[in-house]
Amino acid sequence: MSDKPLPVVDYLKIPDKGEPYLEGHKCKSCGAIFLGARQVCSKCGARNQLQAVKLSKHGKLYSFSIVYRSFPGIDVPYISAVVDLDDGATLKGNLIDVEPDPEKIEFDMPVEVVFGDALGRKDREGNSYLSYFFKPAS
Amino acid sequence: MTDAYVVGVDMIKFGRFPDKTVPEIGAEAALLALDDCGLTIQDMQALYCGNLGQASAMVGQRILQQIGQTGIPVVNVANACATGATAFREAWASVKAGLYDCVLAVGVEQMGKGLLGGAGGGTGIPKEGLLGSGTMPSVFAEAGLEHSRKYGTTFEQFAKVSVKNHHHSTLNPKAMYQIETPLETVMNAEMISYPNTKLMCSVNVDGSAAAVICSERKAKELGLMGRAVKVRASVLTSDPWQERDLVMPDVNSCTRLAAKAAYEMAGLGPDDIDLVELHDCFATAEILHYENLGLCGDGEAGRLIDDGEVALGGRIPVNVSGGLLSKGHPLGATGIANIYEVATHLRGEAGARQVKGARIGMTHVIGLGSACGIHILEKV
Repeated sequence: MSDKPLPVVDYLKIPDKGEPYLEGHKCKSCGAIFLGARQVCSKCGARNQLQAVKLSKHGKLYSFSIVYRSFPGIDVPYISAVVDLDDGATLKGNLIDVEPDPEKIEFDMPVEVVFGDALGRKDREGNSYLSYFFKPAS
Repeated sequence: MTDAYVVGVDMIKFGRFPDKTVPEIGAEAALLALDDCGLTIQDMQALYCGNLGQASAMVGQRILQQIGQTGIPVVNVANACATGATAFREAWASVKAGLYDCVLAVGVEQMGKGLLGGAGGGTGIPKEGLLGSGTMPSVFAEAGLEHSRKYGTTFEQFAKVSVKNHHHSTLNPKAMYQIETPLETVMNAEMISYPNTKLMCSVNVDGSAAAVICSERKAKELGLMGRAVKVRASVLTSDPWQERDLVMPDVNSCTRLAAKAAYEMAGLGPDDIDLVELHDCFATAEILHYENLGLCGDGEAGRLIDDGEVALGGRIPVNVSGGLLSKGHPLGATGIANIYEVATHLRGEAGARQVKGARIGMTHVIGLGSACGIHILEKV
């Protein structure tokens, strides 16, 4: 078992020193940004042109849903949010610290990427995980 | 190239058949379609079979083990919710190419109940409810709210789609449900993923549909032109790259690409279409496709549902079968069931739900991942 939390997805990076961050892979040929490493850009087809970049912690809410019915063991309701980061990447995640009420959620509201424990979820070996969330930018 | 015609087509009444096998359910529709044109399995030169749940289990061959093992080639097809349309298209293509004169396409599915989809997977811990949601109701809720952010489309307008399609299904004896659902019933139903309530989600059902496709020469030779329906266009697309498609499956661009190609192939435009069966897997999705298919301009979909233009009796009736929302959505069967519905109207055989004077119709499905299949049919 790891003594430190593991990243929930491979594009969440936890450096030995400093803050966790999200990593994108940007095509040097066309500028498209992907989550996770890859050989070929699926926008323009360029090979070996993808460069790891640190993604912005700031973005805007593009779209969302409020989830009331999910699989057993998953707490509802919660807000599933599609967020456009300021540097052009798009991510999906839980929007926290906002009431799950359509009246309280505004398109394009500024949000911040924050990192925290993955809601207590552990894998079979008992490892804890670090996840990312969105919260309204202060 | 020859023209290809649907000479026989039918579907079973959708329902739940836990005691039957997938090939048994598929065989029923195959026999119905053969009976519809008075042909037998001995007349078929190939079988194209669409099924998703048992994609690796030779469903087409097992259907022939039910209805006649004639040794013909069988192609088993899986393409998400475009599976049936893809099987139909492969059958059509084989006739267009001159490989065969008379072939059978079958779509069949046996569904469980409950939510489809789910975020993540792979190693580690479950991602659903942690990195947002990947359930189908949520994915299509987010696609619907993208339309809201652009054009102000409301929860009530999305809900009206479901009212309309449930009303249509009361006129369709082959639909899973024949129940009126007034607006307040739809809006007050259990919320699954805002803005999709339970009545705004398609019904998981078992079902099958089948079509016999002939070349023009063969249809004439068999004396089957009287009820034959010409395939004016058959198009399949995949999802072109979109900036958000890593996290937000895009059902719009592949539909727009397919619609453009289908209109071009048919030499027709949206104004020529008399009825449409489109992929209302969720009420939010139907709104998007009014615009994607060119039934109205961008931003006008809300008005289209408000004004009743897409209801039976309106300018361009959509999903008069009851749609996936009420007829039901057996994934692999849906694409061919849509063909059955449109062909039935073009033949003037749709009874109480008949679109009067219908001559040209369109079918549309989306398989998330993504695949879009569009067909344009004409009664000549």
